[in-house]
Amino acid sequence: MSTRELRRIALDGELTIMTAAEQKERLLAALQGSGGLRVDLSGVEELDTAGLQILLLARREAARLDLPFELGAPAGNVAAVLALAGLAAEEE
Amino acid sequence: MSTDDDMREALDTFVTEARDLVQQLEEGLLDLEVRPAAADTVNTVFRAAHTLKGSSGLFGLRHLVQFTHVVETVLGSVREGDLEVSPGLVSALLPCADHIGTMIEGLAGGRLEPDAAQAAEGAALLAGLEPYLGDGPGATAVRHAEDAGAAPERSWRLSLRFGADCLRNGMDPLSFLRYLGSIGTVSRVSVDDSGLPAAEQMDPETCYLAFEAELLSGAPKEEIEAVFEFVREDSDIRIVPAEHQLDAYVRAIRAMPESDRVGDVLISSGAVTELEMAEALHIQQEQAVRSGTRPVPIGEILVEHGIVPRPIVDAALNRQRKTIETRSQDTQTIRIDAARLDRLIDLVGELVIAQSSTGLRAGAGGEAQSEVMRLVDEVRHSALALRMVPIGTTLRRFERVVRDVCVELGKEVSLVITGGDAEMDKALVERISDPLLHLVRNSLDHGIEAPAERRRHGKAAQGTLRLNAYHDAGNIVIEVGDDGRGLDREKILAKAVERGVVDADAVLTDAEVHDLIFEPGFSTASTVSSLSGRGVGMDVVRRNVTGLRGSIEVETTRGAGTTIRIRLPLTLAIIDGFLVGVGPSSFIVPLDRVTEIVELPSGPLGRDCMNLRGEVLPFIRLRDLFDIPGEPARRQSVVIVEQSGQRTGLVVDALLGELQTVIKPLGVLFSGLSCISGSTILGSGEIALILDVGPLVADHSEREHVRARRAA
Repeated sequence: MSTRELRRIALDGELTIMTAAEQKERLLAALQGSGGLRVDLSGVEELDTAGLQILLLARREAARLDLPFELGAPAGNVAAVLALAGLAAEEE
Repeated sequence: MSTDDDMREALDTFVTEARDLVQQLEEGLLDLEVRPAAADTVNTVFRAAHTLKGSSGLFGLRHLVQFTHVVETVLGSVREGDLEVSPGLVSALLPCADHIGTMIEGLAGGRLEPDAAQAAEGAALLAGLEPYLGDGPGATAVRHAEDAGAAPERSWRLSLRFGADCLRNGMDPLSFLRYLGSIGTVSRVSVDDSGLPAAEQMDPETCYLAFEAELLSGAPKEEIEAVFEFVREDSDIRIVPAEHQLDAYVRAIRAMPESDRVGDVLISSGAVTELEMAEALHIQQEQAVRSGTRPVPIGEILVEHGIVPRPIVDAALNRQRKTIETRSQDTQTIRIDAARLDRLIDLVGELVIAQSSTGLRAGAGGEAQSEVMRLVDEVRHSALALRMVPIGTTLRRFERVVRDVCVELGKEVSLVITGGDAEMDKALVERISDPLLHLVRNSLDHGIEAPAERRRHGKAAQGTLRLNAYHDAGNIVIEVGDDGRGLDREKILAKAVERGVVDADAVLTDAEVHDLIFEPGFSTASTVSSLSGRGVGMDVVRRNVTGLRGSIEVETTRGAGTTIRIRLPLTLAIIDGFLVGVGPSSFIVPLDRVTEIVELPSGPLGRDCMNLRGEVLPFIRLRDLFDIPGEPARRQSVVIVEQSGQRTGLVVDALLGELQTVIKPLGVLFSGLSCISGSTILGSGEIALILDVGPLVADHSEREHVRARRAA
């Protein structure tokens, strides 16, 4: 499994209840068959609880599959939310 | 009992309680004037107003509710620290307490609505409170400079479990956390995602997350709670004092004023909000109904539901227990209808008779018999003790009088009350309160000088009025003392001569001169004020005191003050008497009237008078007066009684000794008898009549006059 590559995925726009269903499918699909996931959050402008729990779900799925899961490069306000929720982004 | 009667009875209870509350309100306000920062008094006063409002609401007394509401609001801001106690505030509130009292008395008289004058007075008083009301003009001026921001910061542990639908309803838990940042510092946030289901079942629009956070904030718990108001119903929000602060709460609870409800203690400590308490009470009730058992203590429910940590509940329980203990130690009382007490005392009297007649039948002696006698006697004593109340409540009422009079006369007087716990008969307390009022006013008006004059005489500008009470040889003594100018012997004497009360060349002792102030129409005050100095008062005082079988005396030092001492029997229900026998009948002469007893000289006597150490002593033969048949005893005695300085002898057959006895009033049938004040039942079961010496002597001398005129 570790031979497979860390897949990068960039989310943009809002990661909120408005887009949660769609983003959930994207993240879970991206995780399938990958060697782990690095989610680029630089394009995300807004993050709410719905978005946060999608990220948490994805992280848990990754852990279940024993795959690495990284969050990267959030913009200021999104970083603040992640910090508040205790989800730190990791430097690349 | 009809509904009307029920209502009437409930209303009576309300009136009785309301009177107490009004008094508490008044006493508290007066206390605040002296100690503006006394938190416990502020609480008492607030509670009194609050309870008054609540109870009035129960009876639908709208005017009373509306009026007390405003008073309560003002007191509420004092309690919250938004408003400082100022003399102006107390002066505005005191008449409000009076007004409430007037309305309560109106209720007692059956008037449910105020009359037009009272309504107008109420409106005027409320207008006077306007500046102290939060939204009124000028309120900001008196408001405390410090606001909630200056409150000490406290640390809270928040546990937020939002409802599943909150996201769909447009409520974002994260925004709540962000908002909390505006009222305090949020730290140690952790997200609990254990609620997340498997990926396939996870609905992206359902909220599965729970949050834990710590909030450091000066805002009260209510304010933090209010943040979550919109999600409250579907969510599980816990705001608990952080662990490292438990000690602070426990300490705060220990220092709190007494309260007998755990809930109140917890709410005022800030650890629990009223909303949470209501919820917990609801749970308590439901549980009790469901299980059909006694309700679980509220503290347990609070702990169980994580609303408040156990140490805080324990501290509150402790506080409650202490409150109950102190209460049972000093102020636990029950109200009893005075008529029931009298009935009890009456019954005990009957018991004494019945007991003595069984004693006669069973023959003399017997240990059991004497034991029963002892017990009956003890029962009688304790029954009489039930009528005893401490005089302090009455004395404390004068605080208000002193304050008002000082304001009016521009004097400074501090009132010192001692011996307030000395007990006396309730009926006596009520009847002595008016005479005392006269004395207090008199001292303030004539006794204590104006500040400037006091300073001129090298005294402190502030005068002192002392009210002291103590027991002395079966009597209670009440002193009204001031450190004023004292009585002016010359002035009194001059006035007495002018009024023709004494002869110009009479030689009088100091005591006799001082006694003149109790003569009717006697006032030496050069100015007549609205308070006293109208020449009525002192004579009324003396009449009232002697009417209560008491005496009054004056002690005064020129320039240093006057003390007026009233001496009263502890009760009107018992009399110290001297038992005498005339033929088969027994009579009781009040012991305080008896000055001496001599033997009736044998041999023929002229008019009904005898020679007592060279003076003529008129006497009354009780046998003739009451038409008692039979021959007089061979050796008769004369009991000499004194009434208003006049001595008279009472001729009797036998002297039977002193006794303390219960007075039973005579029935209406005998109300026309003027020389008998009551009756009593002797240990033997016989009845003895109590002689009323005043009328007895007066009637007799009148008859003598009539006879003398006829003879002439």
